[in-house]
Amino acid sequence: MPELTFIMPSLGADMERGRVGAWRVKAGDRIRRGQVIVDVDTDKGLIDVECFHDAVVQEILVAEGHEVPVGAPIARLQVEGATAATTTATKAAATPTAPFIPPPTPTPVRALSPLPTSALMSADDTARPLASPLAKRRARELGVDLAHVRPGPEGRITAEDVEAAAAWAARATAQTAAQTAAVPTTAVTVTAPPTPAGEAPPKDPKEAMRRAIAASMSRSKRDIPHYYLWQDVDVTDTLAWLKAENARRSLSERLLFAAVLAHAVAQTASAFPECNGTHEGGAHRPSDVVHLGFATSQRGGGLIAPAILNADGKDVGAMMMAINDLVARVRSGGLRGSEMTLGTITLSSLGDTGVDGTLPVIQPPQVAIVGVGRVVDRAIVRAGAIVVRSMVTVSVAADHRVSDGARGARFLIALDKALSTPPASASSSLAADAPPPAEARP
Amino acid sequence: MMTDPEIRAHILDAIATVVPSSRGVPLTDDVDLREELELDSMDILRVLVGVKERFGVEVPDADTSKFFRVGSALAWIKTHASSP
Repeated sequence: MPELTFIMPSLGADMERGRVGAWRVKAGDRIRRGQVIVDVDTDKGLIDVECFHDAVVQEILVAEGHEVPVGAPIARLQVEGATAATTTATKAAATPTAPFIPPPTPTPVRALSPLPTSALMSADDTARPLASPLAKRRARELGVDLAHVRPGPEGRITAEDVEAAAAWAARATAQTAAQTAAVPTTAVTVTAPPTPAGEAPPKDPKEAMRRAIAASMSRSKRDIPHYYLWQDVDVTDTLAWLKAENARRSLSERLLFAAVLAHAVAQTASAFPECNGTHEGGAHRPSDVVHLGFATSQRGGGLIAPAILNADGKDVGAMMMAINDLVARVRSGGLRGSEMTLGTITLSSLGDTGVDGTLPVIQPPQVAIVGVGRVVDRAIVRAGAIVVRSMVTVSVAADHRVSDGARGARFLIALDKALSTPPASASSSLAADAPPPAEARP
Repeated sequence: MMTDPEIRAHILDAIATVVPSSRGVPLTDDVDLREELELDSMDILRVLVGVKERFGVEVPDADTSKFFRVGSALAWIKTHASSP
């Protein structure tokens, strides 16, 4: 069986280093394609990283809590049934054209199961205080009571917060910091050298997030020749449909306009490969499947745009559940590496903030992004008469290396039609809870 | 029968479940939660779920805007919950 070196993945265009949060597997474990094997702590939070091969874990190379550069080996695997020679899991994961096996269905709570109304709450929401899995683990290891740890600016306790509290307690009891650090963390073998002191100073999560966004957006503005188009879309009929649909739905099945937007963008993007895919290594790689990045703000500042995988295969009901699940995990942890790397186009909706429109910045290496403003009643001329209609300004920023304004305009006109026409149907959560397809289209 | 302060406390708890950092933040009855706490439409929907769990009443879609402010939410619950 060929050996596979599992490297620290790049979970964003801006990511340079990652910290191993928690291993979900140990040496000797058999793993399946799509299985989450390690949590990686990044500037944008804790990400669950999957392996895209059936394999057996040979050796864990980097212990939990250690930070290494992107591309550094972190585990050795032995691949089952593979024909390729030594490769890296993350290269496959980062290639949109690679087959993607959806990970196991999320827990019922996160999957928005239809019956309990608490389905809209993530499990972590009810926990007090909020803490990342890594923080909870570190708290157990260090004997720190989370109730006594002051959360970070986002109201969430991180591993750094726990460690800071432990260090403080250690000083208070006249113990040395070295004694605190000597608490064994895990039984895995560490062959990678620990991060030298001073190389990775304790980071402010908010500052780290700003740095990550700055790096990604600077790269976008530097490398991608954007062009912008916008259109006022009449969503009166669509909103009437949404209102009627929600009147017959229970609270736990209620739809938001965001789901209608995401559905329209995904359906439209599937017919416009120039706006759906990536541009890397000087070449455009169109994608036949739409993994829709969904820009989501984080509490206390910051932005993250994980992808709704296989979005073009979802109706509005399924899209609503996917968004709910994704947003809950953005704010309470549990995002997957595939969601951070496979996006093919992004939707940025700022309607809730009250602005009329936005000219968004493309998320590298994607080639287009759709921006949406608020819905507002406007007086417009229709068939020679002034009428009041519900309008929303929809914009698209696209990559001039891949498409021209004329083609982008066709995409936007098609999106206008998709958005101004009520969806044909929307599944209830029962139907939409069905397991995802076994394998995404390449 | 709950008193107004008790209903208000339950509403604030439902909000804090969605936005933990709102605990301890003074929220007057007329402040717009979407501006004060940056609640988006998904957050409001989750607050409505919390309201249903606490008061046993489901807020219809048409009344969602009542929950943009604590004061109007309190009034809605007093009117619609059988024995808040």
